[in-house]
Amino acid sequence: MAEVSERINISGRGKMFRKGFVAGSPIIFGYIPIALTYGVLAYQSGLTLFELTFMSAAVFAGAAQFLGVSMVAAGVSAAEIIIAVFVLNFRHFVMSLSFVNQMKAHAKKRKLPLTLFLTDETFALSSIHKKEAKEPHAFWFYGGVMMAAYSAWVLGSLAGGLLGNVMPKALSDSMGIALYAMFIGLLVPSLKTSIAVGGIAGAAMIINSTAQWAGLTAGWSIVIGTILGGLLGVFLLPDEEEEEE
Amino acid sequence: MILWMILGMSVVTLVPRFAPVFIMDRLDLPPWGRRWLAAIPYAALGALIIPGIFTVIDGKPWAGMAGGAAAVLAAWLRAPIMVTVLIAIITVLLISHL
Repeated sequence: MAEVSERINISGRGKMFRKGFVAGSPIIFGYIPIALTYGVLAYQSGLTLFELTFMSAAVFAGAAQFLGVSMVAAGVSAAEIIIAVFVLNFRHFVMSLSFVNQMKAHAKKRKLPLTLFLTDETFALSSIHKKEAKEPHAFWFYGGVMMAAYSAWVLGSLAGGLLGNVMPKALSDSMGIALYAMFIGLLVPSLKTSIAVGGIAGAAMIINSTAQWAGLTAGWSIVIGTILGGLLGVFLLPDEEEEEE
Repeated sequence: MILWMILGMSVVTLVPRFAPVFIMDRLDLPPWGRRWLAAIPYAALGALIIPGIFTVIDGKPWAGMAGGAAAVLAAWLRAPIMVTVLIAIITVLLISHL
């Protein structure tokens, strides 16, 4: 905690929040076309504007919401939908373990609200910006990242339900690459400085692909790929103390 | 009815997100455990990229691959993430609609 209090004067809360929001802006770009598509689909499945926007605000998980809405349209029971959503989102549990470890110097009342906004994208972006976790106002930085993503998701969903298909299909299809490109943009700089990172990511890719090929759902396959790929890190990564400059 | 379903979806999504705050509080992890958690972001990125990227455009896996290759190149040349994203979108737009 000593190094945290030394830097107490570096940056104010508002400045850190803005920094986080800017860092999170690629997520806005990636979420908007998906949120619009979700809004359109949810409306067509019979959800009201309030219900579909409320789902985005209360669940904040893209794949799970698409699954939920398509199951509603297919007339599946609520209990089955909820179980399917739990399985699909269980990967956030593993991601949250890692995020909470990154934030271990901070109070529970700071960590807890942030974890509620963890998605694949906010987790990936926050975990690559790991040096901000050492700042006293880390909460505001990660809060900025989360709010950029959350506002784009909720407002984009509402806009989709309200306006219908406003984006040309060719453009919204092509924008499907946006979040993958962001993941690549986050991974490559780490890859360049550490071969271990390449080994860990590569192992996770192979394990996830194999599991899906073998017939497991995408949700479980990602969980297994992440856990087992991460285990390689036990042998390949240095201890945290050595990592710090 | 729909509202209750949404609340149920919310609970099963939020509990796994915040449970680690209380679990990690009670757990004194050995160094290897912390190395494992430090590797999770890289493993998650790998698992999130492949094989999903092949299905960006239905039935045209090469479109996603081309976009991914363009993103790797841009990121390798130190492009900001936003630029990497834009280059990938343009690549997929061109490849899948030519």
